[in-house]
Amino acid sequence: MKNRRVAIAATSAALALVLSSCAESERDDSSGEGDGASGSEDAGGAEASDATFVFGAAGAPTTFDPFYASDGETFRVTRQIFQNLVGIEPGGTEFVPELATEWESSEDGLTWTFQLQDGVTFHDGEPFDAEAVCYNFERWADQNEAGQNPSAAYYYGNDFGFGEDSLYESCTATDEMTAEVVLTRATGKFPGVLSQSSYGISSPAALEEYDANGIEVQGEGFTFPEYATDHPTGTGPFVFDSFDGTSNVTLTRNDDFWGEQAGVQEIIFRIISDETARRQELESGTINGYDLPNPVDWAGLEEAGNQVLIRDPFNILYLALNPVADPQLEDPLIRRALYHAINREELVASQLPDGAEVATQFIPPTVAGYNESIEPYAYDPEAAQDLLEEAGASDLTIDLWYPTEVTRPYMPNPQAIYDAVAADWEAVGVTINPVARPWAGGYIDGTQQSQAPAFFLGWTGDLNSADNFLCAFFCGEDNQFGTSALPFQDELQEGLRAGDAEPDEDARTALYEELNAQIMSEEWLPGLPLSHSPPAIVVGPNVEGLIPSPLTAEDFSTITLSE
Amino acid sequence: MLKFVIRRVLQMGLALFMLSLLLFAWLRALPGGPVSALLGERGSPEAAADLRRQLGLDQPLPVQYVRFVQRALDGDFGISTGVFRGQPAIDIFLTRLPATVELSIFALAIALTLAIPLGYIAARRRGGVLDTGLVISSLVGVAVPVFFLAFVLKYLFAVRWGLLPPSGYQTAGIDATRVTGFAVLDGILTREWDASWDAFRHLLLPAIALSSIPFAVIFRITRASVLDVMDEDYVRTARAKGLRAPVIRVRHIMRNALIPVITIIGLQVGALLAGAVLTEKVFAFPGIGQALALGFETRDYPVLQVLIMMAAIIYIVVNLLVDIAYALIDPRVRTK
Repeated sequence: MKNRRVAIAATSAALALVLSSCAESERDDSSGEGDGASGSEDAGGAEASDATFVFGAAGAPTTFDPFYASDGETFRVTRQIFQNLVGIEPGGTEFVPELATEWESSEDGLTWTFQLQDGVTFHDGEPFDAEAVCYNFERWADQNEAGQNPSAAYYYGNDFGFGEDSLYESCTATDEMTAEVVLTRATGKFPGVLSQSSYGISSPAALEEYDANGIEVQGEGFTFPEYATDHPTGTGPFVFDSFDGTSNVTLTRNDDFWGEQAGVQEIIFRIISDETARRQELESGTINGYDLPNPVDWAGLEEAGNQVLIRDPFNILYLALNPVADPQLEDPLIRRALYHAINREELVASQLPDGAEVATQFIPPTVAGYNESIEPYAYDPEAAQDLLEEAGASDLTIDLWYPTEVTRPYMPNPQAIYDAVAADWEAVGVTINPVARPWAGGYIDGTQQSQAPAFFLGWTGDLNSADNFLCAFFCGEDNQFGTSALPFQDELQEGLRAGDAEPDEDARTALYEELNAQIMSEEWLPGLPLSHSPPAIVVGPNVEGLIPSPLTAEDFSTITLSE
Repeated sequence: MLKFVIRRVLQMGLALFMLSLLLFAWLRALPGGPVSALLGERGSPEAAADLRRQLGLDQPLPVQYVRFVQRALDGDFGISTGVFRGQPAIDIFLTRLPATVELSIFALAIALTLAIPLGYIAARRRGGVLDTGLVISSLVGVAVPVFFLAFVLKYLFAVRWGLLPPSGYQTAGIDATRVTGFAVLDGILTREWDASWDAFRHLLLPAIALSSIPFAVIFRITRASVLDVMDEDYVRTARAKGLRAPVIRVRHIMRNALIPVITIIGLQVGALLAGAVLTEKVFAFPGIGQALALGFETRDYPVLQVLIMMAAIIYIVVNLLVDIAYALIDPRVRTK
């Protein structure tokens, strides 16, 4: 017995010795062992220049190559690494020069000449020039089948398209710092689309070396090339350092940045999927900020000394009515009745965050083409009842869908919004069949496949363009509003096409103003715009210099941390 | 003994095959799917159909299953579509396994160190104040949902008093060297004591919350079992022989009383894995449980398949080991 114990003890000791002898600390000597500087409990607090800004992210980035991404968690990270030809003014939605200092188009809107910023280098030391810009344009266009899928290159597929119908024709470096881009047709989206995160300019050398276009379908998923997982290389104020696979994405300051140096040495995106946990981490000082705090927490967060920065609303929540799913909704009287029955003022005041506004049309007020003269549909239950009677639908029964397992910036609490609207409709005699579906568990499928007669959905704009909103809702034959079953479908499609194709900005704005008025007219009204909500971002008391962006396109290089 | 083990391994293979079939069909019977999770409100019917075709999700279920098995036999368990897009599902499991194992080991260690001595003491003082108190608290331990306890612990110790970190596995930016993937162990092996201590502090609250289930069960079983054994003839004989009390306690009472406890420990592994899903969610702990919850939200079939199958394998293997240990302790099991 004793012998056995001795043997076990000896074996364990030997094993421990072997394990610890092959385990060496890989820390830099400078960081020291156990000095706790880099791992101190309080995020920040160090001197601004070598401070670390820790941001609580709700999810992991899907990839580090923004070209293959379409989600906010990814773009928040890649935006710090990459820059675009066209930028967005800090805190606004206007387009401003970034890597291009200026641009002009030919009269027909087909040829665009970009003058590029001098003295810019990529993170791998390669120079930024017109050749690099054209290499990126070519790389975007040259995608294999997997890359062309909307779950991969969503934005390019949407904005330019692939193959013969592509908007992109060619790119030529006419001199070292001048790139000429030729399009196949005029569009109002260009060059504004280039301000979207997906179009960050990458180093051609890195794109080539790490096989950036080598996305593949494998089994039931996609595999991304090394460029997207380990070597994103842009010109931005921060350089990609590492992702540990589960919890932390680390970026370090680009000391060779051509613009103003970033105010912190390092950014760590700490992935904390649970919202309550994010709030508690901020309250304990272990993170410096997080996005989309729940509106019910805003007051408490501010009382604790944090700064809740409210962005200008750049989104819309609407109630779609789909006559393909329920032919009763072909009748404009019923659609109008349902709109008059909703007390939107009350809905916005009681269910949406401070600063939310009642929507009068399908685009927010800051987008060019917003029509100031559209009169909002008044809350008028009696008028609603009269209209239903006139339509012979006093006993109207309707399936009203709402999503579960999700919050969206435009829809912080879907169930509460459903409750409010359902109560209003029931008050005018409509019978509601509630249909609750998980977001990825049938809701999106059902609403897209015209199974849902009435449902809540919304949109956060990608850029200041009416087309970015309206086309997402109404373009095509089988859109989610089922407009193919309505008599104005052809006119609507023509209006959308004409607006986008108009190269002159003023003329385009006028076309969209007119289209918005038509869409909201009593005869059309394919759906019911409800509200625009301001999403917030919250940072701790010692964070300075963060400018909230309506497009949620914050630049973290302006941040400094005070003592 | 060998025959016993072989039979159990064969049973295990069959059970896993059945499970893989059920799991495969069940996941795909859930409404929605990875395509709607991938596309969100940005999808269109054509885009969704195209994606479904590319990913082979438009094929009949049996065809999909055969392909899945073929790939699995080649060592390809699928690529994540939601939890960590583009990453092999098996890698997601392997990266996250150490965190969950470390959490479970700590939870089990806490439960065992408290439950076995307390169970013994309660049995010795049957009917006393201490016994009643302990039995009541173990009832509470069974009855209180793990996530509720997790919330309360977190609120008090992390948010209110700020004694421990509210969530995570290790402080961001601590610069810890990874050797085995077990954060506490790695810190010890590399002598990065601050990293080890930091990981330990992160583990404490979730481990305490998670230990509540096995604690209550192990405590009650130990107590009942010690009560049984204390009345046995051989204990009386040992006493009559004049053996010293500590010898009777260790050799005659505890050794026999622990047999059912060991079985229970095996069964508790399942409960620990189930509890870890909830605990990891509350503490944003980057383990298997968190990936499982995330996998459901995003309908990530490959990741869900790997995680659930692996959880089943762990459960079955642990129970097999328990049976073997049981046979070693109790010779009667072998001969039966």
